[in-house]
Amino acid sequence: MRRSFVTPEGVDLQLELGTAGARAGGFLIDAMMIVTILILMTLLLLSLAWASKAEWIVILWLLGFFVLRNGWFSLFEMGGRGATPGKRLMGLRVVARDGARLTGGAVIARNAMREIEVFLPLSFLAQQTAQGTADLFLVLFALVWSGIFLFFPLFNRDRLRIGDLVAGTWVVQTVGASLGADLVHEAGPSRRTFTEAALNLYGVYELQTLEDVLRSGNDDAVTTVARTIRDKAGIDEWGNDREFLADYYAALCVRLESGLMVGRRRENKFETALARR
Amino acid sequence: MNAAASAIVETRTVVVNASRFRAAHEADWTRLEKLVTRMEKRSIRALSDDDILALPLLYRTTLSSLAVARDTSLDRGLIVYLEQLTTRAYFQIYGVQTSVWRQLGHFFARGWPEAVQGLWRETLVCVLLTLASAAVAFLLVRNDPSWFFGIIPESLAGGRDPSASAESLRRTLYERHNDGLATFATYLFTHNSQIAIFAFALGFAFAVPTILLILYNGLMLGAFFAVFAAKGLTFNLGGWLAIHGTTELFAIAIAGAAGLRIGMAIAFPGRDTRTESAVRAGRPAALAMAGTVLMLAMAGLLEGIGRQTIVDDFSRYAIGAAMLAGWLTYFYMPRKGRDATALPK
Repeated sequence: MRRSFVTPEGVDLQLELGTAGARAGGFLIDAMMIVTILILMTLLLLSLAWASKAEWIVILWLLGFFVLRNGWFSLFEMGGRGATPGKRLMGLRVVARDGARLTGGAVIARNAMREIEVFLPLSFLAQQTAQGTADLFLVLFALVWSGIFLFFPLFNRDRLRIGDLVAGTWVVQTVGASLGADLVHEAGPSRRTFTEAALNLYGVYELQTLEDVLRSGNDDAVTTVARTIRDKAGIDEWGNDREFLADYYAALCVRLESGLMVGRRRENKFETALARR
Repeated sequence: MNAAASAIVETRTVVVNASRFRAAHEADWTRLEKLVTRMEKRSIRALSDDDILALPLLYRTTLSSLAVARDTSLDRGLIVYLEQLTTRAYFQIYGVQTSVWRQLGHFFARGWPEAVQGLWRETLVCVLLTLASAAVAFLLVRNDPSWFFGIIPESLAGGRDPSASAESLRRTLYERHNDGLATFATYLFTHNSQIAIFAFALGFAFAVPTILLILYNGLMLGAFFAVFAAKGLTFNLGGWLAIHGTTELFAIAIAGAAGLRIGMAIAFPGRDTRTESAVRAGRPAALAMAGTVLMLAMAGLLEGIGRQTIVDDFSRYAIGAAMLAGWLTYFYMPRKGRDATALPK
């Protein structure tokens, strides 16, 4: 899902929102890290307490627990990366929706809301297991109530958590793609020419699909696509399918781009070649 | 037309825009990518002075490459690469936070007091609600002591109920403890802060649970006062409460006010859209709420340590009043002129 995001320079970056799966994954990683650290901290302090029985050990544990529970997300997101370790691993980042800098207030707001999104349902569950079977209606009410908050991101088009809603933030993907090879340049000088009819078959959508096929390097797909194009254009067998496709891609790209230069963009094969936009 | 098209194909020395473009700018893109990767892996300090000077230029070059590529090139691989590179660079350049110290300085000098100031109406409502519910509980318990057990759970009462003798009640007010004071203070702080954060978050449900929390807090207050008043210990309980209560109850009122503001902003957005209204209320309210955690830390120290060691009523009242005066001055003192610690917008 892409969302428009205009920089101060006036260019729309078209941010890609984090998927629900990636965000749930990021949260689970963070949760596991918190629990692991909590267990390690408890064990360490217990072993120290065994030895010294000092008061500060209990204080340290109480403060440590408080900071882990309330500070883990906020402190990491306030840093320059705008992401907790879990989010970083999933290639996610918290961003202010208005394009401004992420402020401390926003980060605190979005994470304080976890109290009702996560800890509330968790404490209901804990109470349930502690007390055994309680009132069925109470349980149902608790589950529905916490479910509304927990699954809130699935019910709005920007995948906003309640925290995101209140803080004016959203979570975007920040994966770094590397620059692929230049297909036209790679194809080298053309080995063959194509007829006007053959080049008039397709538009930009088909060209970019062809680009995906060439970049994917899937031989079956190359063979299938090459056969389809040859059938349509009425071209005879021409040796290597990949070379044929590379040549055809280069020729089609040149043709469509020269159309762009004079303001004619042919979106797909259903538009006529000379249609004006 | 036909001849022209095939001529292009035949004499082609590979001149699509993507190739021309790459030849002209690829070095810049690669350099930007290297810098951004280094900043992401470590920090801006990993860059040399030359790199830092070049960064904004490279970023703008790449951004304009993206704008041009979108309109003239059909190489999707290229466009996707430029989009992701500029996005990463954008976050490194515009998303960078000022230093932690500068942020903290701004929080204490302006952010926190101004956020609390902005919540004055809601804070007043919370204070009035607390007082009103305390009065109700007081009257209820004075008229029929059995109400006490309906309001206060037994674990919390700890023997301080209507059946307790004046002597035992007096003892709970002036008991001196020496062990585990710091632990007690820490426990109070974390426990109360958790409730403050909870009250803030619950504001999202149209503020109803927040108001219930505030009301219940007031009810407990009133019920205890009724029990002690029946034995003529009102003044003494007042001192016992005032030493930390002015800070603690004020903090709880602010946290409640923050929740109230969010709930009201979502329920009644006025002319704004609901999301705009939520954001405008949410960010300052969160700052105010973060501040209450600090207030509660102080209240925890006063309650856990101060109250256990200072047993003189007048000292207790004096400390409580001084704290209240301090908070009121800090929050509501008019602040004039430009903000010297303002963060660049």
